[in-house]
Amino acid sequence: MANAYKIALGQFIPADTPVHSLDPRAKIIMVMAVIILLFVTHTAAAFTLWFLLLMYVARLSKIPAGVLFSSTKPVLILIIFTSCLHIFSVPGEKLFSVFGISATKEGFILAFLISFRLALIVMYASLLTLTTSPSRISDGLEGLMSPFSRIGLPSHDIAMMITIALRFIPTLFEETSRIIKAQESRGADFESGGPVKRAMAYIPVLVPLFVIIFRRADNLAVAMEARGYRGGSCRTRLNPLRWRKCDSMAVILLGVLSALIIFGERLLVR
Amino acid sequence: MPRETQFILSGAEFSYPGSSGKVLSGIDLEIRAGEWVALLGSNGSGKTTLLKILSALLVPTQGSSFISGSSQDDAACGRKAPCAMVFQNPEDQIVASTLEEEVAFGPENLGCPAEEIRRRVTHSLEACGLSGMEKQLVSSLSGGQKQRLALAGALAMQPAAILLDEALSMLDPQSRRAFTEIIASEHAKGRTIVQVTHRIEEIRLAERMLLLKDGKIEFDMPREDFFRMRSEDLAAFGLELPPFEKLCEILRIRGLLPESCAADIGAVETYIYDAFGK
Ligand SMILES: Nc1ncnc2c1ncn2[C@@H]1O[C@H](COP(=O)(O)OP(=O)(O)O)[C@@H](O)[C@H]1O
Ligand SMILES: [Mg+2]
Repeated sequence: MANAYKIALGQFIPADTPVHSLDPRAKIIMVMAVIILLFVTHTAAAFTLWFLLLMYVARLSKIPAGVLFSSTKPVLILIIFTSCLHIFSVPGEKLFSVFGISATKEGFILAFLISFRLALIVMYASLLTLTTSPSRISDGLEGLMSPFSRIGLPSHDIAMMITIALRFIPTLFEETSRIIKAQESRGADFESGGPVKRAMAYIPVLVPLFVIIFRRADNLAVAMEARGYRGGSCRTRLNPLRWRKCDSMAVILLGVLSALIIFGERLLVR
Repeated sequence: MPRETQFILSGAEFSYPGSSGKVLSGIDLEIRAGEWVALLGSNGSGKTTLLKILSALLVPTQGSSFISGSSQDDAACGRKAPCAMVFQNPEDQIVASTLEEEVAFGPENLGCPAEEIRRRVTHSLEACGLSGMEKQLVSSLSGGQKQRLALAGALAMQPAAILLDEALSMLDPQSRRAFTEIIASEHAKGRTIVQVTHRIEEIRLAERMLLLKDGKIEFDMPREDFFRMRSEDLAAFGLELPPFEKLCEILRIRGLLPESCAADIGAVETYIYDAFGK
């Protein structure tokens, strides 16, 4: 169970591939660009091309497609909810009706497109976290934010907070499943009853979880201090950020591909 | 030859904020550079607290502490750390996601250049039997491997003193021996070692034994005096001799082993062979 969560949340999978070794700044820029461009394109054809690109990069980075697909699990409810909203609220050709509210063909099409887009956004974001270790993401963010530190943005602190939050995700799930097991062994019941009863059963899990998290955070702060951490000043890096030719190439290549997709779609729509 | 002072505590007291009782009181302690000190004591006697004071993570609420090499100026980048601590629970001290990032964290904070960090990471992981696992995720390690990683992280800081808080508790006997050997070789390089444990087996190599009881130093003696104590004296301090030492003691009391024969497997074997072998 813990493993499924780790994968679902896009935990870093170490490997030696060209995608893993790209400069994290390049990867962050590219993923942000794709997410923005996903809102510029509107057709199933364009989304399919974005999807093929995603699958190609996943293959390059040796990430199994199944891992990428399961990364959409946390937003599944959101996808279902917005789909229902669109199916029943968009006016158009009536297909059937439930409780007097009619579902339309246009609604289905729109729901499909929006779900596709949302799933793509999540999968592209997961591709970043699956191929980049939290410390590298943090270095990348710090690098990208550093121009703003002149106007007082604490870029190092923000980046360090993000790294630690990412590093704590597996711990969080381990602790949760530990508490659940401990409570189950003492007779707590998480399986039976309706959804409301089952949700309520988790409340006694949250209380010890918060206590543990605060204690662990405290301990981690002490441990970081013990290892000489004194903020960003005079801290050096094992793998300093290095923007190489292949990073520029990757960004340019993505630019060209995006331009092709967007122009292709414009031609198709006209 | 008088050695340089590493730590001095005088009249040190400590109580955690928000709690009334004193965890440590009246601690007078001087540890010289290069000493190997074992710190014994039952659970809750304040051993962890004392180590945190020695590593300047806590400041005594009363009395004074001196820690060699720790100055407060932030400009002092690129130097060696005064001390590195290996915590009781390795989970608590792991900051990064992969092994190499974890070991690099200390040297990175000390401001070492990249090649130097790489060298220290490779060397420390190798010393702790974790080489070849640089890129692996920390979350995939076992408890014992995490303890070895914690030690690697401390070694990479090349500290003047290594403070170990029950750092061998999750290891199997073989790794425990390997771990002790690593500590011995660091000690041979002139590092100060302060080792917390409640197992006498782990501290055969320590030069000086300290026992903490209810926040006070109950005894502070060289190892010869410590190992000369009888098991009933040790029992009064809540300590227990390992089985082999205990057997030797019984044999000596029964007159089957001369007093001069050390509690050492080789020495005892030779004696028994000479006495009864033919
Ligand atoms: N963060 C803390 N806040 C309050 N009390 C603490 C804290 N840490 C330890 N103590 C108390 O201090 C005493 C000594 O703890 P500790 O130094 O961890 O002992 P040891 O390591 O010898 O087991 C214990 O009674 C413990 O309850
Ligand atoms: Mg302790």
